[in-house]
Formats: sequence, structure tokens, C-alpha cells
Amino acid sequence: MNAAALVAVIPQALTKLDPRHVWRSPVIFVVWVGSVLTTALAVADPSVFAWLLALWLWATVVFANAAEAVAEGRGRAQAASLRATKRESVAHRLTDTGAVEEVPGTALRIGDRVVVEAGQVIPGDGDVIEGVATVDESAITGESAPVIRESGGDRCAVTGGTTVLSDRIVVRITTKPGESFIDRMIALVEGAERQKTPNEVALTILLTTLTIIFLASVMAIQPLAAYSGGLQPVIVLVALLVCLIPTTIGALLSAIGIAGMDRLVQRNVLAMSGRAVEAAGDVSTLLLDKTGTITFGNRRATELLPVPGVSARELAEAAHLSSLADTTPEGRSVVDLARETYAVRAASVDEHASTGAEFVEFSAATRMSGVDLADGSAVRKGADSAVHRWVVDGGGEVDREVADLVDGISRSGGTPLVVATWAGGGAPRVLGVIHLKDVVKPGMRERFDVMRAMGIRTVMVTGDNSVTAAAIAKEAGVDDVLAEATPEDKLALITREQEGGRLVAMTGDGTNDAPALARADVGVAMNTGTSAAKEAGNMVDLDSDPTKLIEVVEIGKQLLITRGALTTFSIANDIAKYFAIIPAMFVTLFPGLDALNVMRLASPQSAILSAVIFNALVIIALVPLALRGVRYRPSSAAALLRRNLLVYGVGGVVTPFIGIKLIDLTVSLIPGMK
Amino acid sequence: MSDTVAGLLQVGVLVALLVAVGLPLGAWLATTVTDSRHWRVERLVHRLVRVDPDSQQGWASYAASVVAFSLVGIIALFALILAQTRLPLVQGTEGMQWHTALNTAVSFVTNTNWQSYAGEAGAGPLVQTAGLAVQNFVSAAVGIAVAGALMRAIAARGSANPAGGSAVGNFWVDVTRVVVRVLLPGAAIGAVLLLLGGVVQNLRAPLTVTTVDGVEQVIRGGLIASQEAIKELGTNGGGYFNANSAHPFENPTPLTNLLEIFLLLVIPFALTRTFGIVVGDRRQGWALGAFAGVLWLGSVALTTWAELSAATGPGGSMEGKEVRFGLWGSSLFAASTTGTSTGAVNSMHESYSPLGGGVLLGNMLLGEISPGGVGSGLYGIVVIALLSVFVAGLMVGRTPEYLGKTIGRPEITCAALYTLVMPVLVLGLTGASLALDGPREAMTASGPRGLTEVMYAYASAANNNGSAFAGLGADNPWHNLTLAAAMLLGRFVPMLLVIRLAGLLAAQQPRPATAGTMPTHTPLFVGLLLGIALVLAGLTFFPALALGPLAEALS
Repeated sequence: MNAAALVAVIPQALTKLDPRHVWRSPVIFVVWVGSVLTTALAVADPSVFAWLLALWLWATVVFANAAEAVAEGRGRAQAASLRATKRESVAHRLTDTGAVEEVPGTALRIGDRVVVEAGQVIPGDGDVIEGVATVDESAITGESAPVIRESGGDRCAVTGGTTVLSDRIVVRITTKPGESFIDRMIALVEGAERQKTPNEVALTILLTTLTIIFLASVMAIQPLAAYSGGLQPVIVLVALLVCLIPTTIGALLSAIGIAGMDRLVQRNVLAMSGRAVEAAGDVSTLLLDKTGTITFGNRRATELLPVPGVSARELAEAAHLSSLADTTPEGRSVVDLARETYAVRAASVDEHASTGAEFVEFSAATRMSGVDLADGSAVRKGADSAVHRWVVDGGGEVDREVADLVDGISRSGGTPLVVATWAGGGAPRVLGVIHLKDVVKPGMRERFDVMRAMGIRTVMVTGDNSVTAAAIAKEAGVDDVLAEATPEDKLALITREQEGGRLVAMTGDGTNDAPALARADVGVAMNTGTSAAKEAGNMVDLDSDPTKLIEVVEIGKQLLITRGALTTFSIANDIAKYFAIIPAMFVTLFPGLDALNVMRLASPQSAILSAVIFNALVIIALVPLALRGVRYRPSSAAALLRRNLLVYGVGGVVTPFIGIKLIDLTVSLIPGMK
Repeated sequence: MSDTVAGLLQVGVLVALLVAVGLPLGAWLATTVTDSRHWRVERLVHRLVRVDPDSQQGWASYAASVVAFSLVGIIALFALILAQTRLPLVQGTEGMQWHTALNTAVSFVTNTNWQSYAGEAGAGPLVQTAGLAVQNFVSAAVGIAVAGALMRAIAARGSANPAGGSAVGNFWVDVTRVVVRVLLPGAAIGAVLLLLGGVVQNLRAPLTVTTVDGVEQVIRGGLIASQEAIKELGTNGGGYFNANSAHPFENPTPLTNLLEIFLLLVIPFALTRTFGIVVGDRRQGWALGAFAGVLWLGSVALTTWAELSAATGPGGSMEGKEVRFGLWGSSLFAASTTGTSTGAVNSMHESYSPLGGGVLLGNMLLGEISPGGVGSGLYGIVVIALLSVFVAGLMVGRTPEYLGKTIGRPEITCAALYTLVMPVLVLGLTGASLALDGPREAMTASGPRGLTEVMYAYASAANNNGSAFAGLGADNPWHNLTLAAAMLLGRFVPMLLVIRLAGLLAAQQPRPATAGTMPTHTPLFVGLLLGIALVLAGLTFFPALALGPLAEALS
């Protein structure tokens, strides 16, 4: 944020002076009433002091409005770019007879079926019920690579406003026009639908109560002062009141909320409500899918274990050869491992084919892949039992060592693939075993350690058997594991955690994830997921990156911390303001009270004005912090409290003493202030 | 032995006694408020008042019981006082005007024990024993009962609560138990000890003697030791005599003085232990106890220092203090009585130095949490803890929670309104009393001291303390009625909010503590509590204090 951005929102801030708007923040409304009162009194009894006071009180309200306007402005820019994609589209609706009729996109109803062909814009949110197509979703995700959308399964959801690049699909519309995903996104980032979140409401109640207490405190001054022999000017009482009530946090509260949502949007996560963002900060159990989140989706070959008497090189060459035609990710990883680690010469499939080699592709029935070379020799790679049978059938023998290697890999949670050769004339023999395993993404253990320090339990959810699951869980460093998980198990786990008073966050994309997503306190649906999943979750990740859940938690915490820190700062500020204003008010009645003027401010009038100016300027000074959020480094609650109390509590006490003194040095130069 | 050594020794002995007795007493109180069995004598009481002792009340029903019980108490006491001159055992009592009687009735039922009347002349033995002494027991019991309900609510497991989601207990059972198991035995032991210390206990008619000067003097006796014990133990403070604990029949020696201070502090401090036990984490009780202890010791130190350095006498300010207690014994009593909402006095607070008097006033303006009255002090401290947790809890990035219970919108509303009541009453009524000509005539002092005097009266009433800054002639309709209003609202509005809070907390399923939960038992949290309590009271009352004690001290 810079000065230019601030100047740009001044007109908006001025239009927000409408009392109907200001009323939304009770604290700022009190300042507004005070400003009106002070202006009226300045008109009735003009003086430099009165006018300056009135001016700065109005400035306080305008600054508060400006803070909100700046936060809203950021969202508005995003909304504008979204709206650009929402051009009027023509839908090709299928009638009951199978004919195609052209209707405007806005006329579509839920359940309508529309045909979309290459180059056309999908007219509304829906599910693909026929065909497969590549779709450009850059309008909402910012990702330029096209994605595949097909009927059935978990890749069937399409979003209105995105463009079909190839092929033809039939889409069944699932939302009404005006309520589509893009419409909701626009409303969200614009803050049009923004409602105060539960915690924001609670904080507003506390701030309002403080305001009433200070109002009582200031109102009681007049009879007390009258008794003591010196009625106070009303403008001075207004100035004191405005300085005491928590204007700083009152002014920045809505900006903090908007900015929190905005930080999520910047990370391509859309929260359907502010409530969900707050809940993210409270999460104490994270459910993470193993595949794709903790591990790279596919198993990879990590080592080659030759049986005694076989060299690693010999095994690597055989493994490489047997996997050349295996296009599965596992097969590729064997080729990669052989080439990279054992420097096996890279001969392509075609090269071999030209020499008359015949490739045997992997099938579910044989559970083996391999190659029969022109010289009559053969290589096979596959599941232990399948290769075992192939060797025995060929008249060979399998050593005990093979079973030991296979068992060892299984026990460690990996998958063994046995490699065998059959040289022309002889009997087939096993060369060794390939160790396939789920590879945990780098840095996951560190992230989970951080989570643990934050008090968040991580639970890995996987369909693997418990041995495999436990091995991966151990390697990744998660706290708990749910193995052989069905959607029902997942839902039961969430319910159990919630009954123990824990808040649960999870990600999901499939239709069968929907009940769990709906049940979880924070359910992040992947944008690639089904519309059922997106509907059930309270956040959507446009990047479809399941690890982002961790960032979401951090953003939720940061939002709450920023609120707490600025509230503390705001209240702590009051101490210095008292030391500025109280001696200034009563020093003529009781000269001894000058001892309280610890800042040695120039005159009563400059002291009061300086406190008011500080009060207004501190709002502007803190706008960047409110928008950016307080720096958050994941750590335990005790450590966070210690740090933030020191920075915002102690800092909040000290800062205004310095600030007011500096302002007073300037203000006292104004004629009539000394 | 120098005064300083003797004084420090007194404080040391007192602290040792409080720890030694407070810990087992706290455990006993915990048993009392959570026990599922009933004593035979309690069953008898339950049958008499037709209560099913095993039934549970929701918060609204519990609150209605508190109000009904107290309302009946006020009406009965009011009637008894008005009728006393026509009943037996008059012993020359003059009786009271209706507004004084109303003030007195409200005062004793609200555990304030502000005495607009002169103790011995306004209330005869019948009113003292059948009226005031009864309220001394039950008003204290009501406070402890509500504190117990709050503790149970914090410990409750929501829907897993066998008694149903938002049940907070049974008021009638709570009050009966606290009286039977704690206050009656405690007061009996206290009374015997006071008797041994020389406090008077008789039923003789007033004795008229001719003094050496040849002046006739009426010397009254009465059931003083027994009333004295509950006066302190229940943080009531209404003296048998007008001079209260400065009177030699109520408080004859430094030893009885120390015993009385001990009695008025022991239950409020013990309740912090009770809290720890009931919520299932003793460290939490230690934290609240430490908070109250620091405030109490701080105010004792500040008062003593202010009096010692006051330039009115060679050894500090002895004006208005009894020679037999000395400056230390008087300051210790004064700081303890204002910090526990007791209001008994063994010295005249009006005569304290500006700063010393200001500390006593400040003790009350904190909201009676150092350690506060029986029960009311504890729930006052818990409310401060909730406010602290709310602000600080946000700073650790979680929806604020205290002991597993979330502090959301309804909870913070109760806590916020609780903190609103007392300042509005004190500032509003002080302002009105100073602005109106009539009430101003009742003031004896002028200038800042006069302001302190009036503010002290309303602070005392709204916080249910009951001590007076003597100078104000408060026995007139305006003061009697406004003070009664302050006592009534200052007692029951916060109490009802606490019961509502208990209902909300009881219904909640507690959240388990993790590393992400803000610890509420650490020195840092105690420091935070102190900061919030002092800043909140300081910000609220700074302008008024600046025109009262501060203006006087700095001129």
C-alpha cells in the first residue's frame, strides 16, 4: 500500500461518511457523532483549537473508511477481471426430442442439458454427462494448461465461463444463472456478501462495551469537574472520549476481515464464508489423503536388490529391458532408476522392435510385463507370484533369498517386483527384486513437525493396508493413520474427533468425499473435483493442491492474531492518552496534576489536539499491517502469546508516549496553541 | 521489636496461615459444591423447604431461585427492622426510618453490610441475631453457591453432562450445604477463638456506669463473638457496634485483629483452590490465587507505605487508627477488608492519607477481585480471566477458549455486561450526588477529599463492600435509596450474568488442550490478568481518581 492508493480511495471514504454506513461499526459511529457535535460547537464558538479538533475528528472517521475502502478495492480489481469472463453466452440446449435449440445462457434452468463444442464457452456450471473434452479453465484458476473433463467419475464437473478447446460434451446444468461459481466468486471477492463472522461479532460486542464504559467515564467527568469548580468544554470531553474508545481496532476491524479473505483468494482458495476462515485457525485435526498430498501420487522404484551371484548392473539391465514397454508410472520409474543410478544404455522400444524383439505388455491377468528377444531369451518383471510361476513353469528354481527380499520389502510398506530372465536354452532364473515404494514429498516431515508445535494433529487417510500405511506414516511423520479407509470410515473419524471437541479440516474431490467434506469444520474441495464435492465443502482450491490446507490454517490463524494484536494495541494506547489529556483538562483546577504531564506537552490545548491527531494517524499507519496481517511464524501458543504481548501490548503502551510528544512538538508551533 | 519487623511478621504469619488452612479448606469446599450425597441435617432442610435435592436446575431456574430467595430475605428483614421496637429484646434500641431500614435490609441481603444506622442504637439484639446474623450466613452462602455453579459449569462436559446440557446445579442444595458444612462450623470455630481472644459474648442488658469524669455511659454487650466470626468469615462486615472492629469489644487485641483479618481472607483465597480442584487442573487454581495474592499484597504494601510516609505524625499517619493495632495492623486490615468486599473496619478510612485512601478506594474499583468477597470474588476473577483470554486468545490465532470452553458471542456478552455494571453505577451515582444540591449537603469534607468520600460510598455499595469513608452523612433518603439501588444492582445483575454464563459454559463440549491452546496457568498469564484488571479499572476511573485522591495527593 502506498500514499497513491490511499489518495485514490479518498472519494470512496467520503461517501462512506453516510451515517447509515458508519453505524455498522459502533465505535466509529461514536466518533462520527462526536465530529458532528464538535463541528457544530466550532461553528457556534469558533477558535483555532475547536476547528483543528473538528478537522481531526472527521479525519479519524475518514481514515477508518479509507482503511475499509482500500481492502475492498483489492477485491474489486479481482472481481472486475472475473466479470470480464462472464460475457453473455449462447447455450445450445438439448430438447427432449434430441434437437438442439439456441437459448441465452441466462435462460438455463437446473437439469437442462446443453451441448458444448470446441471453441464454445460453457454456459453454466454443471456435470459432463456425455463425452470427453479439454477445457481451458484459466479464467478462474489462472492456470493456462487445459484440463480434461469427462463424463462419470471425479472429473466430470465443469464451470460456467470456461472454454472447451477440443471435442464435444453434453453438460447437465446444476446451478441457476446468477448463482454460478463465478457469480459467487465475484460476490465473495467484492465483499458484497460479507457478513460479520462469529468472532468478529463477539469482538464488536466487547469493543462496544468498552465504548459504553468510556462514555460513562467521560460523562461522569462533567459533574465531578463542576463540583471541583471548573466545567469542561464539551469539545474537550468529545476529544477525550474519541481518544479512549478503541478507534484503532474499530476502524480496522472490517479491513482485517476483508484482507483475510483476500489473502486466501491470492492463494487461489475461495472460502464460501468468513466463518470457515476463522474455523481454519481453530483446526486441531488435519485429515490428509496420502496419495497426492503426502506422497507423489504413484509408487516409484527406489532400489534394485539382486540375489546373490547376480551383479547390480545385470539386474538393472534386465529391469530396464523388462520395463521399456511398460507405460505405467511404476514402469517408467524403473526405467528412470536404471538409467540414472545404473547408467544403463538408453535403447528405445523401436530399436529393440527393429531387431525382432516382442514386447509383452502388463495385463491384469498375467501381472507381468517384459520382452521376448529375437535370440530366444526373455525377460519378465512382475508380481512375485506371477514371476514365480513363470520361472517354475519354465523348469527353473526360485531361491530362498528371493522370498526373503520380497518379504523384507513388503514389511517396510513397499511393493516388490521380481525380475527374472530366461536365456536361450537354459532354465529361467530370478535376478533380483525391484523395490517400489510410495515416495513422500520432500519437506512433509518438517511441515508436520510445525503442525505438531501448533497443536494440530495430522491424520493420514489411505486405502492401503495397515502395514503399508503405517510405514508411510512413519516416514512422513504424521501423528495417526487411517488405513483401508472407506468414505464411511472417514466420516466416522471426523464425527469422533468432533465429539472430542476437536475441529477437523480435510480436503476432498470425489463425490464420495462429499459427506465428510460437509461434516468437516473446514472442507477444502479441489476445483478438479465433482460439483457434489465443491458444493459440500466450504472452501474450493482452484489449484487443486491438497497441501494448501496447511496454508489455509495459517491464514485463519493470522486473521485472528491480527485482530487480537490490534485490539491489544488499541487498548494499550489509552494509557498514554490519559497522561496527555487528564492533566491538560484539570491542571488549572489542581496545579499539582501537572506532575502527571510526564510527556511535558506544551500546553493543555496542544496536548489534547496531539492526542487526537495521534489517534487518527495511527489508523493510517496500521492499515498496511491490517491488510498484510501480523507476521505469523508457526509456534506454540505460549510462544506466540509472549511475543505478541511484548510487541503489541508493551509496544502499544510505549508508542503513543513517543508519538504524542513528537506531534506536540509540531502542533505547539501553530499560533494559538501555546 | 521495631514496628516494621512486627508488621512484616504479621503479614508473614497471615500468609502462612492462609496457605495452611486455605488448601484443606479449598478441598473441603470443592467436596461441598460437588458432593452427590446429602447429610441427614441437609435432608431435613430439603424436606422443610420441599426441594428434591437430587433434581437439577437450568440456569434460568437457578437464577430465579437466587432472586426469589434474596427478595424474600429483603422483605422479611425490612419488616423485622421496622417492627423491632414492638417486639421483645428492645434494650433501648431506637429503631430506624423506613429508608434506613430498606437500605439496611438490602445491604445485608446483598452481602454488603453498609450500615447507614449506628450499629448498637439502630438494631437491637433481636434484629442483630434473627435478622442480620441470618443474612450474614445465607448471603455469603448465595455467593459461594453461584461461584460453585460456575466452577461446575466450566468442568461440565456439555451434552455428556449426565444432568442434561445446561444444568448448573440446585441452588437450594448449594446454599444449604455451604451453610451447614462450611459457614456454621467455620463460624463456630472462629467464635470460640475470638472468645478466647477476649471478644465479648453475653445477653446482658446494657450496663450504665458513671465514668471517672462523672459522666454516665451506657455499655452494651451482646452476642458479639458469634456475630464477629461470621461477619469476617462471610466477608459481610456489618459491625455489632458502630465503631466496628475498632471497638474493643469486637476486636480487643492485635491477636484477635490478625485472626479477624485471617477469617475474612480465608474463604476467598481457598475458593481459588476449590476452582482448581473442581475444574480438574489445580494449576488453574494456583494461577487465580496468585493473581489475587499479588493484588492483595500489592495493596497492603502500597497502603502501608502511603501511611508510613504520610507526614502527619512521627511514625507516619496514626490519625483514625487504634494504637493497639498500630499502623501496620490497621493498614493490613484496611487493605484486606476493601479487597474482600468485607467492609469491616478497624480504623477510619477517611483519615488515611490521600494515597492510602486512594488505594483502599482502588481496591474496590478493581471490582473486588483481590481476592474479593466469598464467591463473588472468585466469579469476578473468572470474568477477568475470560476477558483476558478473549483478547489474548485471539493473539495466539484461535477462537478464544478458557479451560476448553469457547468464549464466543453469548459468553463475551455476559462477561462484557458484567464489567459494565459496576463502573456505570459508581460513576453515574457519584456524578448525580455531586451535581445535586440536596445530596451535597450531606458531605462533610470539601474539595477532592469530598469527592473521594462520595465516590467511596458508591464504590463501596456497588461492589458490595460496605465500608465507609465515614465523612459522608449518608443516613438520608437520597443516599439510603441510591446506595440501596447500587447494592442491589451491583450484586444481582453481575450474579445473574454469571449464572447465565454458567448455563452457556455447562452446555459446551470442552475442547481438548493442545500445544495450540493458550496456557492459562503460567506466570505470563497471571501477569496478563493483572495487566487487564489494572488497565480496565485504571482507564475507567482515572479521570475521577484524578479529581479525587490524585488531586489531593499531588497538591
